[in-house]
Formats: sequence, structure tokens, C-alpha cells
Amino acid sequence: MPAVAEEHSLLTDYGDFESSLPQQPEAVADLRRRGVARFEELGFPSTRQEEWRFTNVAPVAKTSYVRAGGRLHGLTAAKLEPFQIPGTVDLVFVNGRYSEELSRQEEFPSGVFAGSLAAAMAWNPDLVSAHLGRYAGLDHPFVALNSAHVEDGAFVYVPRGVKLEQTLHLLFVATAGDQATVSYPRNLIVVDESAEATVVESYCGYQGDVYFTCPVTEIVGGANSVVDHYRLGEESLDAFHLGTLKIHLERDANFFTHSVNHGGAIVRNDIQAYLGGEGIHCTLNGLYLGRKKQLVDHHMWVDHAKPHCHSYELFKGILEDQSRAVFNGRIKVHEDAQKTDAKQSSQHLLLSDKALAQSNPQLEIFADDVRCTHGSTTGQIDEEALFYLRSRGIGEEAAKSLLTYAFAVEVLQEFRLETVRKDLEEFLFTRLPKGDVVRQAV
Amino acid sequence: MLEIKNLHAGIDGAEILKGVDLKVGAGEVHAVMGPNGSGKSTLAQILAGRDEYEITEGQVLFSNLQGADEDLFELEPEERAREGIFLAFQYPVEIPGVSNTYFLKAALNAIREHRGEPEVDAIEFLKLAREKMKLVEMDEKLLQRPVNHGFSGGEKKRNEIFHMAVLDPRLAILDETDSGLDIDALRIVASGVNTMRSENRAFLVITHYQRLLRYIEPDFVHVLMDGRIVQSGGPELARQLEESGYATYDESATEAA
Ligand SMILES: Nc1ncnc2c1ncn2[C@@H]1O[C@H](COP(=O)(O)OP(=O)(O)OP(=O)(O)O)[C@@H](O)[C@H]1O
Ligand SMILES: [Mg+2]
Repeated sequence: MPAVAEEHSLLTDYGDFESSLPQQPEAVADLRRRGVARFEELGFPSTRQEEWRFTNVAPVAKTSYVRAGGRLHGLTAAKLEPFQIPGTVDLVFVNGRYSEELSRQEEFPSGVFAGSLAAAMAWNPDLVSAHLGRYAGLDHPFVALNSAHVEDGAFVYVPRGVKLEQTLHLLFVATAGDQATVSYPRNLIVVDESAEATVVESYCGYQGDVYFTCPVTEIVGGANSVVDHYRLGEESLDAFHLGTLKIHLERDANFFTHSVNHGGAIVRNDIQAYLGGEGIHCTLNGLYLGRKKQLVDHHMWVDHAKPHCHSYELFKGILEDQSRAVFNGRIKVHEDAQKTDAKQSSQHLLLSDKALAQSNPQLEIFADDVRCTHGSTTGQIDEEALFYLRSRGIGEEAAKSLLTYAFAVEVLQEFRLETVRKDLEEFLFTRLPKGDVVRQAV
Repeated sequence: MLEIKNLHAGIDGAEILKGVDLKVGAGEVHAVMGPNGSGKSTLAQILAGRDEYEITEGQVLFSNLQGADEDLFELEPEERAREGIFLAFQYPVEIPGVSNTYFLKAALNAIREHRGEPEVDAIEFLKLAREKMKLVEMDEKLLQRPVNHGFSGGEKKRNEIFHMAVLDPRLAILDETDSGLDIDALRIVASGVNTMRSENRAFLVITHYQRLLRYIEPDFVHVLMDGRIVQSGGPELARQLEESGYATYDESATEAA
């Protein structure tokens, strides 16, 4: 396990960082101070801790980083092209800092804010203070670490009754030079009562770059709101990503999040939804692909606090080589959350004998009139289906790819945003061997 | 076209086929009949290339597109398909997420490429597919669905014959395509097969009821018992079997063992 000195290296020059910051609202400064104190107590987790049993973050702790800030390391608009999604409004964050230059300037309906959190702190400090840090708890070491470094990130605010037509694409791009970098994007998305928004968060970097992204996103779905959220992990294969998404939902909210990950050396996504009112529908889906020695860990926590809510979770993982995946699905149904309907399914497809998947459902049910189902499967390519396809003339490799695609597509089909779905389908066609045949055959 | 010589095969050390000999010429229709567990599907699957079974003895020759005899066991399943072998499965596999139409188009194009024929595009394929669906009176909405996914038993069997009609094989092996079909469906499937009968195409029709053979008149009938062909004859053999059942063979089968 990492030595104490290393654990704290991320805070060693904290004074320099703090003095470089502009004036922040008191609530934000306070959040930072509490973050520092909490991370000093918690430190990097070890595999002796239940929540981190299968995910050893020692390699993250052992690397030394420089704070990247807004450093571009040669980044230009052209280099963002592979990450862009047609038909969306790009808001670009370089190492967690908003870049006005690289972002698209867009007219939004009045009252809507979409841009830099740092700018929002100046624009409407009360609004930011009312939400920031209220949902993501500091007991999570990396929420604490991120909170200690709150500086910038994305802030989206859609006021009551407004349906935001534009799809927002929050593009977090990391850069690194000779030295590994660390960044702490902090995002807050507030969709007020009866408002609607579609937001894509993507985390990207360049192959060969070593860096650590430690983001926290808090999303508030107000009463009767509709939020369609996507989270795409396309980090460099040498990067670490330890992120938290905290969703706070109110009565009758309709919420969807789809997480897709294929980047990163060690990736951990904690996705927590708090269903704090009646009649909420919350969908949390995901698809991840691992190869080489990648480790992808999803820790889900769905918290049913009120009656008559529905939650659906479908996560699928495709693992090649010696990659590993962890899926931990915790569902808590509080005593008065009667008529809860919670479904959870975690499925892994292992494409190599050395790939490994851990799936662990955790149901804590304190109400008696509820329906909670969970299922987890781990398997290889179905030999019968493979033979069937081959017996019709499809080559072995293409047939395997076709079945892999078919496994993945169930998650993609649920996407309401067609551009993202198409992009990911295209990604699969490129990634899978004989993808051209697959493109033709589906 | 196909010559099976003294084929022995099994699984996990247990022998299932215990010396099968069978010769099928172009244009011929052979029926293979036999009770449950006699090895009919094993034979069919081995011919199509299922590698789960271990071949312990014997040989299978297949005349390839160039007309030369080729050792079938040298070919991968997809190569056999491209050379013109088609197996209609006894239990067609459901494949959610893979479209029945597009997958079949990819299969057809793989076969055509092997034959040196140009690719068919989406429009040509759809035209062909519509035409062939009529042959088995299959509902067009099954084209849009994932392969066999949620199809009824009868729809699956029709879909197999539809695949066969589109892929245009030289040797079609039908493994109990008749079981699970009602009499109307049976007639439709049989007439689809009869339409496809030609001097260049051979059929190996596996069934355990004589019923199908009233609609598809075979040239030869073979009785497979306990991994061996115990009797061969003309269409009259099927009718005999209907009356006497397989029981009369039990003795001879054990004797030979
Ligand atoms: N994959 C397998 N694993 C183990 N045993 C098998 C396997 N396939 C076939 N067998 C055995 O081999 C024997 C022959 O099976 P097969 O399916 O070929 O019979 P069949 O003649 O097609 O029967 P049916 O009329 O029921 O379709 C049976 O005893 C069966 O249990
Ligand atoms: Mg059988």
C-alpha cells in the first residue's frame, strides 16, 4: 500500500494552489477546506477497504503529478475533432478549466447558463452555493480530493419550465507533457422543476499521455424534470480516472444516464442516485470495453427514499486480453419507499480466458411492498450461436464480432440521442475485428 | 457429391456414430430416418462443421465448386457453407441483436464472394428475400426481427428454409425441419423444398416421421440406428417403417454391435 507521504503529495503545494485562486463564494471556499481536511483523514483507499477490494489504486497514488491547470501542451481545435459529436454544442474544458477559445459560443434561452463553473461563481454565487457540494458526500476519498481542488468545471442551469433544445457536450480533455498531470473537474448540472436538458459529458485524452482525472459531477433533476445524460470515457490507455457522479432527483423526475467507457488504465466510476420524491423514473445504463490490462470499476448506488419510484440498471462489459471489470450494484430501499420497483442487471462477456469480471449486487431493503430484481451473468461467446452464423457462411472472426456487437447494442439501443448512439456504433465497427461485415450485418 | 466412408465420431469418449457409410449424388434426395438419439443430428452437425464432436475414424469427401473431391474435414464451417453446404438446424438458434435480413445479406455476400460473383446491394437483396419468402409463405415482418428471436417453433423452421432458399446451396441438410410443424406448414415447407429440387442440388432430409416423405418424395431412404445405417432402400422403405416402426431393427443393431 502507498506510503503516507505519497498519499499526500497531491496536497503538498496546496498553499500555492489556494493563493492562485480568484475570490470564491464563502460556501465554495468552505467546501474546499472541508475537502482538504477529509482527504487528509481518508487518504488513498486500500484494497483492505470493502469498497475498494477489487480496485487497487496504488498505481494512481504512486505517480507524481503536476497540476495541469489550463496548460494546453500543444492542444488545438483540430485535435478535438475526434471527440466531437455532431449536432451538439461543445463546451470544452482543458484539464478541468473552461476554454472559451475552444468552446462554441451559443445563444441560450434566457435564464439558461451553460459554461464555466468559475464564471458562474461570479455570475450568481448564491445559485452555485445553494447546490455545490450539497449532494456528493465527502466520505468518498476522491470526492474529498476533488472538493479540495474546486476551481472550475462545467455549470449548467436550466430554469423552471425551460426545455433546452440544444444538446450540451461537456468535453473534458486532458493534456500531459513530459510530466504526468492531474486535474479535478467539478461539475454542477441543475435542471429545475419541469425543465428538460440533454447533456453529454466526455472525458478524453491522447494515447501515451499519463494523467489522472478526478472529476465530480452533481446533477439535480427537479420535480417533473427530464434529464438525458451521457458519460463517455475515452481517456488515454495510460491514464487514471476516478470519478463520481451524484444524481439528486425530486418528485416525478425522469432521468436517464448512459455511461460508456473504453479508455483509461484504471477507471472507477461511482454513480449514485438519490430518489428523493415520489414517482421518479431513473435509468442508469452502461457499457464498458476493456482490453490489455485495463481495469474498469463501476460502483452503483441507487437510493430509494420515497414510494412509487422506478429504477432500472443495465450494465454490460466486454472484456478482452487480461482486462478486469468490477460491478458493484447497491440498491437501498428505505422503510417508507413502498411500491418501489428496482431492476438491476449486470452482464459480462469475456473474450479471453484471462479476462476477469466481478459482479456484486447488494440489496438493502427496509420496505415490505417492493419489487427488486437483480441478475448478473458472466459468459463467453455462445458457441451455438457462433456455429449457427458460421454455418451460414459468415467467417469466424466476423461471427464473433457480430455476437459481441449484438451483446453491446442492447445498451446503445436505449439511447435517446441518436448522434451519440451512431458514434458509438461506428466506434464498435472500427474496434471489432472484421467490423465491416458487422456494419453490413446489423 | 458427398461420400461418407466408415465415419466414427463421438463426444467425451462416448461413440455416437459407429461407422456410417453414405453416398449422395447430385440431384438426389436422401432421407435419413431413425429413432431419438440414434445420431441423426450428430451426423448433420458434423457435416456442417461443428467441432464439438471428435472424429475418430473415417472420411467424408465433398465435391467442391471446381468439381474435385475434397476432404470435408479440412474445411471450416464457413468454408463449407461457401462451398455450398447448408444445414437447416433441428433447433435454430435465437440471436438477439442480429437482424435476420442484414445478417443473411452478409452471409449471401460471403458466399457470392467465394464463388467469384459480385456483391448484392441492399435493394437487390430485398427483392431476392421477398421472392424467397413467398416460397415458404413467411411473414415479411420476420425479416425485420433479430434472427429467430421470439419466433414460434414453426416460424423458426420456415426461417431455416427461407435462409436455404436465399443461400442457394448445392447440398442441403434438413435436420427434422418437419417436427413441430402443423400439417399446413409442413406442406408449405415441403413445396418450398420441392421447388428447389434440381439436378445440381442434393438433399439430405433427416426426419423421424414418415409424414414428411409423403410430400418430399425421396430417391433413397436410410435407417440410422445406434450410429449405424442398418438398412437402405427406395421410398417404399419409409412406408414399411411407418407400419412396423423401428423395433424390428433393435435386434440386428445389437447383433452387429
Ligand atoms: N453435445 C453432446 N453432448 C453429449 N452427448 C451428445 C451430444 N450430442 C449428441 N449427444 C448424444 O448422442 C446421441 C445422439 O444424439 P443426436 O442428437 O445425434 O440424436 P438424433 O438422432 O438427432 O435424435 P433426435 O431424433 O432426438 O433428434 C444421443 O445419445 C445424445 O445424447
Ligand atoms: Mg436430432
